[in-house]
Amino acid sequence: MSDRDPSVPPGGVETTGHEWDGIEEYNNPLPRWWLVILMATIVWGIAFSIAYPAWPGFNASNGGLLGWSSRGRLEAQMAAVEAARAEAWQRIAALPLAELPQNPELMRLAVAGGASAFKVHCVQCHGSGGAGGPGYPNLNDDDWLWGGDIESLYQTIAHGIRAPGYDETRISQMPAFGRDGLLDKAQVAQVVEHVRALSGQEHDARKAAAGAAIFAEQCASCHGPEGKGNRELGAPNLTDAIWLYGGDRASLFQTIWNARNGVMPGWSQRLDDVTIRKLAAYVHSLGGGA
Amino acid sequence: MTAAISQSRGAKAARYLPALLMFALAFLAFLALALTEDRGFAIHMGIMLVAFFAGGLWWLARFEDLPDGSFVLPDGGTGYADDVIRAGAIATVFWAVVGLFAGVFIAAQLAFPVLNLGLEYTSFGRLRPLHTSAVIFAFGGNALIATSFWVVQRTCRARLFAPGLAWFVFWGYQLFIVLAASGYVLGITQSKEYAEPEWYVDLWLTIVWVAYLVVFAGTITRRREPHIYVANWFYLAFILTIAMLHIVNNLALPVGLSSKSYPVFAGVQDALTQWWYGHNAVGFFLTAGFLGMMYYFVPKQANRPVYSYRLSIVHFWSLIFLYIWAGPHHLHYTALPDWAQTLGMVFSVILWMPSWGGMINGLMTLEGAWDKIRTDPLVRMMVAAVAFYGMSTFEGPMMSIKAVNSLSHYTDWTVGHVHSGALGWVGMISFAAIYFMVPRLWGRERLYSLRMVNWHFWLAMAGIALYAASMWVAGIMQGLMWREYNAEGFLVWSFAEVVAAMHPYYLIRLAGGLLYLGGALILVVNVVQTIRGRVRAEAPLDAGPVHAPAHDVPLPAGGARPVAAE
Repeated sequence: MSDRDPSVPPGGVETTGHEWDGIEEYNNPLPRWWLVILMATIVWGIAFSIAYPAWPGFNASNGGLLGWSSRGRLEAQMAAVEAARAEAWQRIAALPLAELPQNPELMRLAVAGGASAFKVHCVQCHGSGGAGGPGYPNLNDDDWLWGGDIESLYQTIAHGIRAPGYDETRISQMPAFGRDGLLDKAQVAQVVEHVRALSGQEHDARKAAAGAAIFAEQCASCHGPEGKGNRELGAPNLTDAIWLYGGDRASLFQTIWNARNGVMPGWSQRLDDVTIRKLAAYVHSLGGGA
Repeated sequence: MTAAISQSRGAKAARYLPALLMFALAFLAFLALALTEDRGFAIHMGIMLVAFFAGGLWWLARFEDLPDGSFVLPDGGTGYADDVIRAGAIATVFWAVVGLFAGVFIAAQLAFPVLNLGLEYTSFGRLRPLHTSAVIFAFGGNALIATSFWVVQRTCRARLFAPGLAWFVFWGYQLFIVLAASGYVLGITQSKEYAEPEWYVDLWLTIVWVAYLVVFAGTITRRREPHIYVANWFYLAFILTIAMLHIVNNLALPVGLSSKSYPVFAGVQDALTQWWYGHNAVGFFLTAGFLGMMYYFVPKQANRPVYSYRLSIVHFWSLIFLYIWAGPHHLHYTALPDWAQTLGMVFSVILWMPSWGGMINGLMTLEGAWDKIRTDPLVRMMVAAVAFYGMSTFEGPMMSIKAVNSLSHYTDWTVGHVHSGALGWVGMISFAAIYFMVPRLWGRERLYSLRMVNWHFWLAMAGIALYAASMWVAGIMQGLMWREYNAEGFLVWSFAEVVAAMHPYYLIRLAGGLLYLGGALILVVNVVQTIRGRVRAEAPLDAGPVHAPAHDVPLPAGGARPVAAE
């Protein structure tokens, strides 16, 4: 228990004399340090609101003595960063794209810039590591639908794939063989078995043989007689283990019956040319090749 | 005691009018239920229909009919109207467990997204407002209403004004909570943080809140004490300001008979109105209201006079004046004009000392009785609460400074800040008030177990320490990763990489939340056993001042104390 008698106030301070349900109140003065800090923050507040924009007007605020604004500060910071990088960007813009990978210093800068832009614009579909997912190509492997050299990558990024509003976009259209009545269900199933045979998967040999005949007639014009694909048409290689939409029977049936015709947006109307060059360099650094 | 037999017209109106109003509301709910095409709205109208109908029947049942056609009015009573406070104490404990469990569950969802269960009803986006509303409005709100009814009666030495209306406030508020919570799960929200309920729930809360103001202010006008005690200033500021904030921020036009509405403000004006509301929900709900609690229960339990009357006046008025301007600091570096951001920051920084005035008055009241922190578990809990109040009200002004805010904004640092205030200040002072009131409300000699209060205290402290520390580290790490540039001037991390880096801290936070919930479950056992009249055999601890029921009564009419001579 308390060793002090409540009737003897600390420092000789009296209570106010009122009492509520047994509660009394001392009338201690405001703590000096408390009052000093309160006054200091008020003085600082007045000074700060004179130095920085704080007083509204009919059309605009007073602006503050220092002339500071958040938009102005952002513009200055962005301008400083851009100025520091301007020379490198000019050199990247001036260099023929095919020569960029042979220039280690510029390539390093371009890959760094491309990685940053990729994180903003591309990861939503291709994933933060560029590993893709069903319908979105993995950019780390060496399998390229439309070509993996840096100039092809630039072309794909700038104009997209089947991108509306881009005249130079990469375009091709695999027919929806089933939906449009070109093949019936049994025939599509036979082609599925042939494609599984092409890619070295377990398959029904009798159906696959029937499917091979259909393939030669309907598919080989784009995918090639051996199913090795054609980059001019974005036709995938069917003999490897890499599948954009899946190599299992159900996925293959869907692909042949309905076709896929995925879309990648074009970027030349949204990003500047140097940024697209940097993106091409970055993607080339991942799994690019000839 | 004062059961009056009546056939007078006034008494008949008092009997039938409230019931008629409830039946009329039930009829309106029925019409809305019949006419709407909105499934969620129909469910809500069904809940309201049942609640209003039951309310009307309940009111009629309070009167005892006599064979000659007259009836007996409900017992007027002469003591304090404590029935509604008993209900409020139970509701407070119930909603505390619900709200804390919801918090632990969504913390687990952040660490393990599979716990979203693939259902829209149990997704994080719907359960998060369920958690925030359950702890702030259901747990905190019931604690505030119950303690304010306790404090205003005792410090005015007067029976509650219109106890029947106080029951309406209690049940009306529970209806608001049920509508809000079920709405979140059904996807009914106006997407304003801490003001998610839709227009019809807002209208209902407005009615309930005005009734609350009438009961509280009415009791003050009947006081037998010459002066209004400081706790009541804070409670009254809380009730009045929340009414104003709630109405302005929820001005909206409903889209026909549906659970959808559009606010009358648009764009940045709407955002500023929302954060004017949101910040003052913190300022007047979670600060002013709970300061009222602190100003009564701390001097009562410590049995010491309040440190400084002068400080209480100065810090009350400066707090009330300054808080209302601080909202724009929630919108730093947004479309809000620079001048409004500057003002929000300046007022927030000046708010530091007025906030600390309450902490000083709380802590210094123990001057001459510091040993009670060691011996009295309730005093220890209250001191911890006031200490967390002081820490949060320093951290808040600091985070409102734009340079700090540019790092802390949108990160889990904010979440840590809120929880050091919510778990440390709001939670601990409310638990202490419950421990204080429950034995007195049920006429028990003491709590079932003071040692279990100790267990509650240490579990809660460990939980807060894990929670706050992990969120500080996580939040600062998050802010630094978002803004990290490499030598070429490019951002280093993608958003998903920052999310992945948070995982270990989310696990620590989950552990902290579990500890805090464990403490609350001990509270439940202690409260239930105390109500049942059990006393645990244990080595004694300092239980604080002995309750004297003979003195815990209103002063008779005309028995007002004279103004004390100065």
